[in-house]
Amino acid sequence: MNRFWSILFCLVPILGTATFVMAAWGLPPFQGAWLPKNYSVAGETIDHLFYLLNWISAVIFIGTGAVIGWVLWKYDHRRRDQASYFSHNTQLEIVWTIIPAIILIFIAFYQMNSWAETKMIRPTISQNGQTINKPPMVLVMAKRFGWEFHYAGPDGLIETQDDDYIENELVLPVGTDVVLQLETRDVIHSFFVPQLRVKQDIVPGMKQFIWFRGTDIAEMDIACTELCGWGHYTMKGRLRLVSQKDYNLWLTERRAMQTPAMDPDDPETPQVLEERLP
Amino acid sequence: MVNKVQHPELNHPKRTGHPVLRFLSTYVFATDHKIIGLQFLFSSLFWFAVGGMLAMAIRWQLAFPWSDMPIFGPTLFASEGGQIPGTFYNMLFTMHATIMIFFVIIPILSGAFGNYLIPLMIGAEDMAFPRLNMFSYWFMWPAFACMILSFTLPGFGPTSGWTAYPTLSLIAGDAQNLWILGLIFVGISSMMGSINYMTTILQMRAPGMHMFRMPMTVWAMFITAILQAFALPVLTAALFMQLSDRLLATGFFAPESIVVNNSITISGGGEPLLWQHLFWFYSHPAVYIMILPAMGMVSDILSCFARKPLFGYRPMIYSLIAIAGLGFVVWGHHMFVSGMNRILAISFMVSTMLIALPSGIKVFNWLGTLWGGRLFLTTPMLFSIGFVSMFIIGGLSGIVMAAPPVDIQIHDTYFIVAHFHYVLFGASVLGVMGAIYYWYPKMFGRKMNETMGKLHFILTFIFLNGTFFPMHFLGARGFPRRYADAYRFEEFQDLLPLNQFITLCAFLMGAAQLVFLINFFGSLIWGPKADRNPWHANTLEWSAPSPPPHGNFDFQPTVYRGPYEYSHPERSVDYWPQTEPPP
Repeated sequence: MNRFWSILFCLVPILGTATFVMAAWGLPPFQGAWLPKNYSVAGETIDHLFYLLNWISAVIFIGTGAVIGWVLWKYDHRRRDQASYFSHNTQLEIVWTIIPAIILIFIAFYQMNSWAETKMIRPTISQNGQTINKPPMVLVMAKRFGWEFHYAGPDGLIETQDDDYIENELVLPVGTDVVLQLETRDVIHSFFVPQLRVKQDIVPGMKQFIWFRGTDIAEMDIACTELCGWGHYTMKGRLRLVSQKDYNLWLTERRAMQTPAMDPDDPETPQVLEERLP
Repeated sequence: MVNKVQHPELNHPKRTGHPVLRFLSTYVFATDHKIIGLQFLFSSLFWFAVGGMLAMAIRWQLAFPWSDMPIFGPTLFASEGGQIPGTFYNMLFTMHATIMIFFVIIPILSGAFGNYLIPLMIGAEDMAFPRLNMFSYWFMWPAFACMILSFTLPGFGPTSGWTAYPTLSLIAGDAQNLWILGLIFVGISSMMGSINYMTTILQMRAPGMHMFRMPMTVWAMFITAILQAFALPVLTAALFMQLSDRLLATGFFAPESIVVNNSITISGGGEPLLWQHLFWFYSHPAVYIMILPAMGMVSDILSCFARKPLFGYRPMIYSLIAIAGLGFVVWGHHMFVSGMNRILAISFMVSTMLIALPSGIKVFNWLGTLWGGRLFLTTPMLFSIGFVSMFIIGGLSGIVMAAPPVDIQIHDTYFIVAHFHYVLFGASVLGVMGAIYYWYPKMFGRKMNETMGKLHFILTFIFLNGTFFPMHFLGARGFPRRYADAYRFEEFQDLLPLNQFITLCAFLMGAAQLVFLINFFGSLIWGPKADRNPWHANTLEWSAPSPPPHGNFDFQPTVYRGPYEYSHPERSVDYWPQTEPPP
């Protein structure tokens, strides 16, 4: 009976690793069951880290799983009269403390740059001979339950009266660093684009900045990943990554369509600035 | 049994008349730690069933979105054709988590097993403060009342998630107030328990039971009690702050005033992230409160059924202490993308990597305990090996998520759901089940059925992996948690079949618990009688009668050795009880 249980426990690492590997290589029936296709430069590093950590895990997973299987197979009480009597092994304990410690320290250092690039070092531009943070291209305003994307109007600045404003559709160029400014009108939301490996919570009273560089033309979902109420799951936006040329064309068309001045008393007019003032 | 109860008049004081009062004082307002432990056990098992039903409802919605939900649909939403509203789904996962964490895992580990085992395992008659102990159980009942009442309010309960992040929780319905009050009561209950455990362990050990002769179960309960004593006040304070934001229009957690129905409900000037810091400062140590006692109990069970000393007893204790200490400085890994200072993420990442080390040492020591043993694969042993096997998965996925860049992709997705269910269900619940099978003969004087126990194990083990393993794939794809219907997104439409597979496994796993239920209650009546030490174990509780009378021991236990002297080469039998005098 012990051998039956040994096989059962061995199935955990065997099936577990098999499905992971099949999913990573896109083998049926697990094709597309792993990370979605990536469309950002920073996403490549994130994917690399994800797979690296999973491979390291897999080695430990298989190793420890094999030990469990082996002890169940080998040390059945029916085939042994006496258990060994030992309670420690100092050399072994030092080894299995130091080796994992080295692996963990390696992992800790290995990923620091990636985090810094994705979340800490904002892209810069040079203006009048000075290097400044790249200004945000779009103001993303989250609200229950949808997204508002505010593009700069003719003055070239966001957060001004002539902003152009679209609901739930974001159009951005590929091949250039895009900076987004995230704000919320009500509760906490989170801006998540799985295919760009981008996620940032949007907290009331705070401005968040995120940036990425799209690599290819594509269309993808934007999802909210912080619980925001009954319609949390309805907070769907679409992101279209287009070429720089198409983006410029699209912007020109938008500006041509835009009504020249918005009437502040019109209830349809988005109350961007006023509403957020205390 | 010759020396069954030597002083019956001491242990069962004879009373005349008032049989009702005697019943009440013995079984209801009991001060005996064993009865209180059983009270915690039975109420936790009841809530386990409730929380499980909520989980089944969640899985139904994810597999068959907006279809007529069994039980809940026809009774609550007949007019909508049994279709649940989005807010009801939010209630389901909020209450599933709240109940499972605060009414099941914490009370069953600390409340039930902590209470039952600590005095028995250290050779004490009872807890240091029996009356405080009674209060710690009865303070759970106002919490139960709050949660049950909250189900009757509009929206059928709190809907802000168990994390209750402001500002959403500040504008949530009245059920949120009851939720906060309920958790405050749970906190008071746990606090009383933790003070009692610490005092009892430090002050009431039998002669010869010095700290490094205590079984791992007692060590784990001791460390857990310390964690609770230091972490809980923070949660309690935060809960009061949220309550006062909601009821007294203070502004701890909202940056701007919130106006509802033309009156200011919150004055503004606060900080939503403050709640997250306070909440996780408690709730990350709470993760260890929910696993350390199970680790302790599993260590004892593994050593007993491997008939071998626990490998690395002292490193096991030191790693418990390290996990508890580091547990206070890793809370930020829940907040990598929350908007907190991004530099801080690096420090929290490093501390999180460090905490993987003592956890890993514990796993290696468990494997070392099994190595070279003489294994009896009883039901408690299978559940304990299952604990180790599942804890490895939960621990490894923890390392993956602890990397902040990777966390960007998988935060708030089903990868997280997979991870904490592997730790909390795969490890903690399997550990609890193993402990129930192991100590049942001591608690009730009867044995549970082994065949049904093994059936329960194999079904639970297979279907828990079928349920939680595929969630890793969902999460890597970005499938968000807390979504009533993610299939509105093109990205996630093809994940419906996988979700249906998970739901099928979850239902079968739920059904497998019926085997346990039948075994547990059936064995109370039909189980074969157990003697004092049915497993031939060393620790003190096994030298007391089964079940132990009020006052526990029918002799004064004196401790002569550590708890893990199995298969000593100079002994003819393969165990050596701690109380047996040296030859």
